[in-house]
Amino acid sequence: MSASNLQQRHRTGRVWLVVFQVALLTGIVALTALLFNILNGSFGYVAIEDTIAPQDLAVNGVPLEEQDKDTLIQVLQAHISAGLFARYEFDKPFAERSAGEVYDLILERVVEPKFVAQWSLYETLTNRDAIRQTAAQDFPNARLEFRSWLNSHFLRAPQSSYPEIAGVRTAVLGSLWTIGIAVLFAFPVGVAAAVYLQEYAPDNLINRIIQTNITNLAGVPSIIYGILGLAIFVRALGHFTSGVAFGASDPTTSNGRTILSAGLTLGMLVLPLIIINAQEAIKAVPSSLRQASFGLGATRWETVWHHVLPNAISGIMTGTILAISRAIGETAPLVVIGASTFIQVDPEGPFSNFTTLPIQIYQWTARPQSVFRNLAGGASLVLLGLLLTLNATAIILRNRYRRSL
Amino acid sequence: MTDIAPAAAATAAIESKDLSIYYGSFQAVRDVNLDIQPNRITAIIGPSGCGKSTVLRAFNRMNELIPNVNTTGEVLFRGQNIYKSDVDPVEVRRHIGMVFQKPNPFPKSVYENVAWGARINGFKGNMDELVHNSLTAAALWDEVKDKLDQSGLSLSGGQQQRLCIARAIAVRPDIILMDEPCSALDPIATLRIEELMRDLATEYTIIIVTHNMQQAARVSDRTAFFSLSDDGKRAGMLMEYGDTKTMFTRPEKKITEDYITGRFG
Ligand SMILES: Nc1ncnc2c1ncn2[C@@H]1O[C@H](COP(=O)(O)OP(=O)(O)OP(=O)(O)O)[C@@H](O)[C@H]1O
Ligand SMILES: [Mg+2]
Repeated sequence: MSASNLQQRHRTGRVWLVVFQVALLTGIVALTALLFNILNGSFGYVAIEDTIAPQDLAVNGVPLEEQDKDTLIQVLQAHISAGLFARYEFDKPFAERSAGEVYDLILERVVEPKFVAQWSLYETLTNRDAIRQTAAQDFPNARLEFRSWLNSHFLRAPQSSYPEIAGVRTAVLGSLWTIGIAVLFAFPVGVAAAVYLQEYAPDNLINRIIQTNITNLAGVPSIIYGILGLAIFVRALGHFTSGVAFGASDPTTSNGRTILSAGLTLGMLVLPLIIINAQEAIKAVPSSLRQASFGLGATRWETVWHHVLPNAISGIMTGTILAISRAIGETAPLVVIGASTFIQVDPEGPFSNFTTLPIQIYQWTARPQSVFRNLAGGASLVLLGLLLTLNATAIILRNRYRRSL
Repeated sequence: MTDIAPAAAATAAIESKDLSIYYGSFQAVRDVNLDIQPNRITAIIGPSGCGKSTVLRAFNRMNELIPNVNTTGEVLFRGQNIYKSDVDPVEVRRHIGMVFQKPNPFPKSVYENVAWGARINGFKGNMDELVHNSLTAAALWDEVKDKLDQSGLSLSGGQQQRLCIARAIAVRPDIILMDEPCSALDPIATLRIEELMRDLATEYTIIIVTHNMQQAARVSDRTAFFSLSDDGKRAGMLMEYGDTKTMFTRPEKKITEDYITGRFG
């Protein structure tokens, strides 16, 4: 072996090292760009024109936000028509509304803020003076405000066609409902199927075909599941998914495009993922445990229930949460089965119409007014927050189970 | 399913007749006729791959957990062939327990390790007492009496193996099968288990697979020597079987002598 040969080999190694580093860097750049893009749209200056400035609504020098409910109701009554006030009273008596809700009504109907211009976070940070000048010139009546598009009002308020008061509450609830139903359906079915395949199924042709199919199903594009869900849950089983069969909905107006259909479709979508992950977790349980159990005269069921599942559960959980993370971001199949793009009332149960966060985001980005893109940015943050929460839960659950073993 | 009748007048605790075992089409064990005497320790020795573990597992139908295993011939336990179609393997294993090469306690508490098998088998008596007695019988009580609620995995290797023995005797089997139970243990832990086996032999029939000639000579009453067939098919066969003393001093066959004296294997 000559020394020059060794140098050559080291050089090859260094070249590959650089390749790996560049690959990692590319990944990091892509992630940073993603994060920047979302944050860039979620914060920044807005120019707002109020019909009545909130300061002018202060009573006895107490600013609007700090007033009690009764005063807020008086302010509202003083500024809107009697008819409108009566309608609000009819919709939901003021006695039942919270101070926050009345405050929101005042904002919506009295202050009537209008976003006349908005700037991205980047512009806001780098070009503050120019923005101030432009705003003062073009919108002399507007106030310039640094706004976080993700704020408590945004989380609390339902969807609206006015960007000033629109929020993601309906969409978040819709997402939680559909995911909840998807998990209720897919988790037990998936785990049971995995137990059967790993612990019971003999190794024969039929089972191998089933196994291959499940593996392949995990890779089927989600839109196909949407079409499947449309055919089965919305159309064929519409009588049940609409709730008509249970007397829960009005047969003349309701259809199968409900939370239930959406949840079941998402459940089908993640079922193969849950099965495969649960199988891996079950496979990881050492066979010495099964032998010990059988050696004591345990049946297969006792072995599975007392030893295999408790030792696989943390892996099963992790897989399930990963599946949920996938489902929560799915848009295409829900569009196919007919999620409502505009819906203002909270979903009340499995038979309600619904929208979800990703659909809301999609719908806002498709609007021509640029202000909706900022709303989409805020909603993206909510979606990411939801995802992170779920993943954190998964990790906590898994660690807790690991420790208890 | 017929229940396994209480011990008949048969002299053997368990007995194989023309037992052959196949992994797929490969015959791993050929025509083994072995009668195991009650309340004795029987050692199974032989070179690696000659089918010792396979034969041992045949005695409580554990081979069935491996796919594609086929067993022919008979294994008579209490006068009944345990491979008859109406015999439940779960029932067989409840009577014929097993201790494995690698200690494999459940990832549960020491107490639960011992209690679990008895509980699923419908034990109705005083569980604390059973756990105490089983651990005492396995010569482990003094070492674990203060940590019954700790994980079985927190014990040392030798303690874990004795826990596995305690777990096996807690279901009151007739026969205990041990597959190289000391191979993962140090010499002192090994000696403890050997002493324990001698104690247990007063109540139980024990079959032990071992690679350790001294261990077989020290601990067993009878020895079965297995080797591979010389027809090129590498099937495991019973070569010689008799009292351990005789086997180790005056073996009948040359091949046995060669193996015992370490000339091959
Ligand atoms: N699960 C299995 N599948 C296929 N063949 C097997 C299996 N287990 C054992 N065999 C084969 O059966 C023969 C006997 O194996 P066995 O494990 O019974 O030998 P052994 O005498 O216990 O060996 P060792 O002393 O190394 O433990 C070997 O040829 C082995 O390759
Ligand atoms: Mg072996």
